[in-house]
Amino acid sequence: MATLYIDNQPHEVNSGHNLLEACLSLGLDLPYFCWHPAMGSVGACRQCAIKVYKDENDKKGRLIMSCMEPVTNNQRISVADTEAKEFREEVIGWLMTNHPHDCAVCDEGGSCHLQDMTVMTGHAYRKFRYKKRTHTNQDLGPFINHEMNRCIQCYRCVRFYKDYAGGKDFDVFASRNKVYFGRQEDGVLESEFSGNLAEVCPTGVFTDKTLKQHYTRKWDLTMAPSICQHCSLGCNIIAGERYGSLRMIGNRYHGEVNGYFICDRGRFGYEFVNAPGRVRQPIMNGQVIGRKEVLQEINRLLKEAKVIGIGSPRASIQSNFALKALVGKNNFYHGVSESEHDMAELAIRILKEGPVRTPSLKEVESCDAVFILGEDLTNSSPMLALAVRQAARVQPMNEVAKANIPEWNDAAVREFVQDKNGPFFSATIHDTKLDELASEKYYAAPDDIARLGFAVAHRIDSAVPDVPNYPEELKQLADRIASGLLQSENPVVISGVSSESETVMRAAANVAWALHSKKKKAGLVLTMLECNSLGLAMMGGGKLDGAFNAVLNGHADTAIIMENDLYRHGSFATVDKFLKTCKQVIVLEHTPHATLKKAHVIIPAGTFAESDGMLINNEGRAQRFFQVYESTEVIQESWRWLLNMGINAGNEHMSQWKNFEDITKAIAQEEEFLKGVDTITPPSSFRVAGQRIPREPHRYSGRTAMNANINVSEPKPPEDPDSSLSYTMEGYRGLAPSSMIPFFWSPGWNSVQSVNKYQNEIGASLKGGDPGLRLIEPEPGAVANYFSTVPEVFQPIADHFWLVWTHHIFGSEELSKRSPSVAQRMPQHPYAMINPKDAEQQKVNEGDKISFEVEKHVYVLMVKLNNTIPSGVAALPYGLEGMPSTELPGWGILKR
Amino acid sequence: MERPLTQHLRKDNKPLSLKEYEQVGGYQALRKVVKMSPQEVQALVKDSNLKGRGGAGFSTGLKWSFVPMNAPKPKYLVANADEMEPGTFKDRILLEQTPHQLIEGMIIAAFAIQADQSFVFLRWAYKTAAQTILQAIHEAEAAGYLGKNILGSGFDLHMHLHTGVGRYMCGEETALLNSLEGKRATPRAKPPFPQVSGLFGRPTIVNNVETLCCLPHIVSHGAEWFKKLSLTQDAGTKIYGVSGKVKKPGAWELPMGVTLRELIEEHAGGMQDGLKFRGALPGGASTDFLVEEHLDVKMDFAGVAAAGSRLGTGTVVVLDDKTCPVGFVKNLEHFFAQESCGFCTPCREGLPWIEKILDSIDNGDGRPEDLKLLEAHTKLLGPGNTFCALAPGAMEPLQSALKYFREDFEKHINEKQCTYSKIMSTAV
Repeated sequence: MATLYIDNQPHEVNSGHNLLEACLSLGLDLPYFCWHPAMGSVGACRQCAIKVYKDENDKKGRLIMSCMEPVTNNQRISVADTEAKEFREEVIGWLMTNHPHDCAVCDEGGSCHLQDMTVMTGHAYRKFRYKKRTHTNQDLGPFINHEMNRCIQCYRCVRFYKDYAGGKDFDVFASRNKVYFGRQEDGVLESEFSGNLAEVCPTGVFTDKTLKQHYTRKWDLTMAPSICQHCSLGCNIIAGERYGSLRMIGNRYHGEVNGYFICDRGRFGYEFVNAPGRVRQPIMNGQVIGRKEVLQEINRLLKEAKVIGIGSPRASIQSNFALKALVGKNNFYHGVSESEHDMAELAIRILKEGPVRTPSLKEVESCDAVFILGEDLTNSSPMLALAVRQAARVQPMNEVAKANIPEWNDAAVREFVQDKNGPFFSATIHDTKLDELASEKYYAAPDDIARLGFAVAHRIDSAVPDVPNYPEELKQLADRIASGLLQSENPVVISGVSSESETVMRAAANVAWALHSKKKKAGLVLTMLECNSLGLAMMGGGKLDGAFNAVLNGHADTAIIMENDLYRHGSFATVDKFLKTCKQVIVLEHTPHATLKKAHVIIPAGTFAESDGMLINNEGRAQRFFQVYESTEVIQESWRWLLNMGINAGNEHMSQWKNFEDITKAIAQEEEFLKGVDTITPPSSFRVAGQRIPREPHRYSGRTAMNANINVSEPKPPEDPDSSLSYTMEGYRGLAPSSMIPFFWSPGWNSVQSVNKYQNEIGASLKGGDPGLRLIEPEPGAVANYFSTVPEVFQPIADHFWLVWTHHIFGSEELSKRSPSVAQRMPQHPYAMINPKDAEQQKVNEGDKISFEVEKHVYVLMVKLNNTIPSGVAALPYGLEGMPSTELPGWGILKR
Repeated sequence: MERPLTQHLRKDNKPLSLKEYEQVGGYQALRKVVKMSPQEVQALVKDSNLKGRGGAGFSTGLKWSFVPMNAPKPKYLVANADEMEPGTFKDRILLEQTPHQLIEGMIIAAFAIQADQSFVFLRWAYKTAAQTILQAIHEAEAAGYLGKNILGSGFDLHMHLHTGVGRYMCGEETALLNSLEGKRATPRAKPPFPQVSGLFGRPTIVNNVETLCCLPHIVSHGAEWFKKLSLTQDAGTKIYGVSGKVKKPGAWELPMGVTLRELIEEHAGGMQDGLKFRGALPGGASTDFLVEEHLDVKMDFAGVAAAGSRLGTGTVVVLDDKTCPVGFVKNLEHFFAQESCGFCTPCREGLPWIEKILDSIDNGDGRPEDLKLLEAHTKLLGPGNTFCALAPGAMEPLQSALKYFREDFEKHINEKQCTYSKIMSTAV
């Protein structure tokens, strides 16, 4: 800490900060553009000018840019100084010489950092009397709109896209007052993080194109804190609705999880909520029926039936728990494939019983060595890819500190570091985007990846068994990786379910545990397939095969399937047979899929936007998402439908519950792994000065007019029984509890930059602590119980391919791919990725058809050649339309 | 009068070959240097009071002393031969005619900071110099002055020629380094200084061509000799130049501290017939005007500074009484606006605005409030407010023009026209 005198008032500030960060952390209003809390300073915009004084007697001072000067103890500065204020006003004046006066038709108008800073500096009258420069705009694809005339050249976009996120197809071009930010030519932005440009840009150059399709002013949205549903990392998001449709997703700052950014799947995948074909009404045997009727019918059916329930890794713990309560513990099954089920259980065991902790995304960013086993992170868990990209810089950053260059001095840091990376090792089935960071990369079949893991672990701690008859070349590779990891302080080992291989996960655990045994502060990250995979696994329940057998063997005749397309989790033939055998198939669902077509009763479940719920992310963090809006239709949360059913059926257990809170309390009491989940948000009775927290900003407009075509009387807003958020503009305007911030806003700060005001200090935790509860920590004194079975080397079989899944950020995840913008980014054809050597042998070329028989089903796929995939292995895109519905990995027999 | 840098130039302006250079004592200084310690070389140069000839006038020895001597290789030495200051052509003479003098100076500088790689960053338009330098580098390599184990000393130095693409910005040393790395030619914030994190993030020294050319002579003749070359406190000789409507424009190596009057009247032969001296930019386009009353100012760093301007590159641009000062300054500001890298707001947006205002005034479309705007900009674009020195440099001729030639600006605005004959208007 240091003492900083600002306008003669002493303040205690963080001595590692620059002066801008110090001022903002104190809550002062100091305008800025080019500085970004996650990206540091470059000193380009000159907006944050202040005065610095030599000492108390220095009355004149010197104008400096606060973002470019470190805090020093007993320093004296002035924010209020007239000359500094005039200069700041003049900077806006310069920017306005070219910035168009199109706020009224700009998507950012009213939530624009440039507007806020303009008002803050007091610039009002135009002195520039000449024409403005103009640019042409580019078509950047389905996600981002480009309007270059609005650019104020803060360089944030290029610094995020290229420097921070490693994008290659975006840059700054030309010079002087003609600098241009965009692509070399029109075309789809390739980065998986391009959507962040809309938040990084301080004005309306880069905006959310999907919002534009159904535009509304951001302050006219009804918003709620939510959790991303499109992978297992649990990024915090803000979801906004107007006129009954979901309009946009924004980042919700979380100091430990996603920080300031989210990926494009998370930002643009939301439109499945509005997609045509959404399940919006109860349907029974093909006929639309009412809410009351369907509940009566189900009650009748359930009385006569032997019922099983199949849960879902993409449904909340509340919904899964309610289903379990309805059908009974022994009749509740996880709706995931056997390998998914086993791997999730294995992950929990490894993280809970082993001595190594799983770090948060923020902690991953500061790990100084990375070893990835079997995961294509950019496609399976994109924000983790962004985190390891930062981790790769940690060791070079130590040198930066030695050269006395402050970490926030971004341009200087990047100059000093150049393209040096710390130890970064990647063992994957085929090439990935992160390979460019890797000092060692290895492409192999899952079992061979696991063997490398064992070999590395053995070299770190000889208590791990070595790989017998390991080739010399690979021994050396293992040596290099082991020594790289040993030279670090807090290495992170990353694996997950993508390669569908338990042995890979075990090998990863061995490496992390071995590092722990050498007194390293090691971390182990295991990614899951779905947003609540871990939550489901923590609840216990039978395997999907058990559900199938229960019906096929006649122990049960009716299945309640909740938010689950079984065809994604089981093989086609088995699922088909199972659904045909069921006397009654009752499906709670919001999104159409193959299983739904076989249902006798369809119940319209709410998506995350219409629901309250909790998810457990891959680090075991329980996080709450809140209903954004109440559907005007018959749609409600799965758990609420199930609760209705339970009460109707006289289920004693469920009859005690009235709302979300009651279910959550029951979970906390009854589920051993989920203790404490009832504490992560304040209760629904929570009020501040008797008031709820409003979902709508006070600037929300049109409330009395928006339904006037139907009724001139403003309808009574719905009451929220499940949380202390209100559905109106009215309520407490101060700081909401950190777990229930519906939107970021502060007087004078109408853009997302207002998040500064919600943090304990810049870039740190939210005031009141970052929300959520970590449920998995290593037990004290836990010791490594090394896995000892080294898998056999992968042996290709003639005329066979070992089929594995490969993931696509756009297309592999079930819900987001229904978003029209995401659908445009999906691979157009299902394919089989094989090595050119194998292709040559089979006499096929890129684009040719190739046929596999898997479990007596023949699949015809297009050949895609890849030099890096091992011979004898074929990778198929997971979840893509037209892909074989089968459990992989497994052997596919080549058909001629 | 001693002219160590230019006395051996050939009459036909052809470059001195290695042999010719050696015959007049070339590379003797290097032979001496390799027997010294790097610290001794640094001390010698510091004692000589050699100040950078690129315009900033910073002590060369002091600049070197910030290089961490024990830093691992690579370390870099760069000759700033991107001579793009309007009105400046002094380095060109050295580059084209005495390339080995530069190379020897560079080897000495590299030895002093223990750099192992060196670059000549050359202005793209100096096509002849590019040939000359390349040829000389090859000759020096063949003679064992460059490469591994130079003169058996164990000291290695490699030298490369890099031709720029014609950006004024590259004259700024950190923008030069970015450009040399293949990046955009935008300047860097300091600290960290290039001595700590320069080319490719490694310790680097960037010195001006003329500065480097002084080094062999300082080594050969000593610090005291070098100081005595000067008429004033600032040591050495200086290559001064004069352009504009004088009788004999040109460049001459003279003792540091000759007066402006002597330069214009004696060496440049005085104003062309029928023209009167109106003012002069003493050190290139980015320096303040000096006028009649300053003609006896001694042209060294302190002398010109005391008169309210800068010695800069020491190349004088003369304004005569038939050339419109508004047009003259507009032309300069057009250059600066065009050469702005676009990184920081005041420079990127302010300079084109200034150019537009000057254009309006020049075209009879000026307004009284324009002068206030121009004046405000000369302060707003001052040192520290902008990211680098380009815009503050651009403000120097403007602010002094507003001071010394204010009646011209006012007349343009009041009479809504330029009364100077356009045919006579000078393009710098």
